[in-house]
Amino acid sequence: MSTQQPPMPQAPAAPDWQAAPGGAYPGYTSPIPVVRTHLGHALASEWTKIKSVRSTMWTLGVFVVLVLGIGMMAAALVKAHSGSESLSGQTPLQLGFFGLLLGSMCIITLGVLTTASEYGTGMVRTTMTACPSRLRVLTAKAIVFFVVAFVVALAASGFVAMVQTSMLDGVGGAKTPSGGDWLKATLGISLYIALLGLFSLLIGSIIRHSAGAITIMIGAVLAPLVIALFMATQSLNKVREWLLEYSIPSQMSVFYDNSLSSSGPTGWDPLWIMLGLAAAAFAGACALLQQRDV
Amino acid sequence: MIELAGLTKRYGDKVAVDRLTFAVRPGIVTGFLGPNGAGKSTTMRMILGLDHPTAGDVRIDGRHYAQLTDPLTYIGALLDAKAVHGGRSAYNHLLCLAQSNGIPKRRVAEVLDTVGLTAVARKKAKGFSLGMGQRLGIAGALLGDPRILMFDEPVNGLDPEGIHWIRNLMKSLAAQGRTVFVSSHLMSEMALTADHLVVIGQGRLLADTSMPDFIRENSRSYVRISSPQRERLLDVLHEAGITVVEAGGGVLEVDGGKAEQIGELAARHGIVLHELSPQQASLEEAFMQLTAESVEYHAHADPGAAAREWGTGWKGA
Repeated sequence: MSTQQPPMPQAPAAPDWQAAPGGAYPGYTSPIPVVRTHLGHALASEWTKIKSVRSTMWTLGVFVVLVLGIGMMAAALVKAHSGSESLSGQTPLQLGFFGLLLGSMCIITLGVLTTASEYGTGMVRTTMTACPSRLRVLTAKAIVFFVVAFVVALAASGFVAMVQTSMLDGVGGAKTPSGGDWLKATLGISLYIALLGLFSLLIGSIIRHSAGAITIMIGAVLAPLVIALFMATQSLNKVREWLLEYSIPSQMSVFYDNSLSSSGPTGWDPLWIMLGLAAAAFAGACALLQQRDV
Repeated sequence: MIELAGLTKRYGDKVAVDRLTFAVRPGIVTGFLGPNGAGKSTTMRMILGLDHPTAGDVRIDGRHYAQLTDPLTYIGALLDAKAVHGGRSAYNHLLCLAQSNGIPKRRVAEVLDTVGLTAVARKKAKGFSLGMGQRLGIAGALLGDPRILMFDEPVNGLDPEGIHWIRNLMKSLAAQGRTVFVSSHLMSEMALTADHLVVIGQGRLLADTSMPDFIRENSRSYVRISSPQRERLLDVLHEAGITVVEAGGGVLEVDGGKAEQIGELAARHGIVLHELSPQQASLEEAFMQLTAESVEYHAHADPGAAAREWGTGWKGA
């Protein structure tokens, strides 16, 4: 070793920034090939991460159980107790709403955990050391989570919609759903829930605390509706109406055409609203991530 | 090579790292020493681009950390052993790191074998002991076979066998021509591994020297003498102009490395010596002495507070 020991001046010379990287820095050369990393590497890494923790299985497992269980139970109940008019003018698809509303809590939790749990465990320092581009890390997390949440939500909502329509075909004067109804009750609601989860993921990155971010998100979903119920005075009617129309549960119900009120968002509006929210949160999360110390 | 130039980090009014300028060279183990709270970890976080410096600059082989496209093949770091998701297995933890840097999958098995965790590769990191966590962190640092390695307090929580292993590991990594930068608050540990020393106290650079120089400059060397003819010896030494200190128990101490001179003097005068041994104050003492100076430097404002703060830091160690 002594032959490799370079002379050690007492006071180190000012670092020579101009020196060409590589050549001017002698030392060990690894046999491992040097790779220019890109987003694909970060995506592979995040995919390994999300599938290798049990919280993913738990939250998605409970989500599927809630969507299928509540959806099929509702359909079975309606079928057993239906009169001739009980479903008149409505499609069986809307029975899927309750399962997906409750199930969205699972997606919110998984979203928050995807980012915030790294801060809780200290893993984030390892992650950011491995990938110094913080925006690449957040983008990879966002993409992997969104795809996972969307695929699971689409499979669950699609399956439950098929079961419900086949169980309730013609029962209680139910309407046969149109192509548009199908699209909204499967693709639409799944995109919405995945975006809601993505928004939670970004809130998790901003708050950096799992329990805090989950509480905020569940509050954001439930509070407007609950608060609106207590706003019984005339003077607050406008606020109350707005809260009812734009609360997340009623926006979700828009995909099933059974909104709590007649005005407010219609059609695919909720999706664009959530997309805007997620985009704003993404910008905020990116700015904070660049600025803060890990 | 890691190069720091005036690196500074302030948290509000508190200065955690104060204008640090030094370079960590390849081929040797550089020890980074300081009491708890001296700013070692903050400095290491800034090297890795995790914390933004308030002022100054730090470069790895001439580049900023953020400019490294596959950082794990440049620099491997063990920051703290618990920077791991407890629910993930050791194998998957290393796999996701390898993937993010395009490192071949086989390296995961190789480094697990190197650190001796192959048997528990599929176990969750949550159940790992502190020592196993430390080994997993070291595996992560070695994953990219990097030319620079940085370990923050690597012997924490390791058993004697593990400590021995990490010492040899660091030495062999440096012998391969790599840059090895290792922090510790234990001088005795550094004495066994480091070739070069960077000492900081309260964020300031106190020393940047080779290990032998550090020992020479900072530790008191003296000669212990005991003799049945004590009075005659004292006279002879006095005549020769050598200052003697009574160390109690009939033992005399002479500052400096004058053992030969004293031995010859005693022989010439026919004085019997029972002990004539050159001594060196321990490195621990040398380190304490060095950091104590930095305390004295700060003590002008409020001597009591600084001393108390320092004391608690040491106890915390």
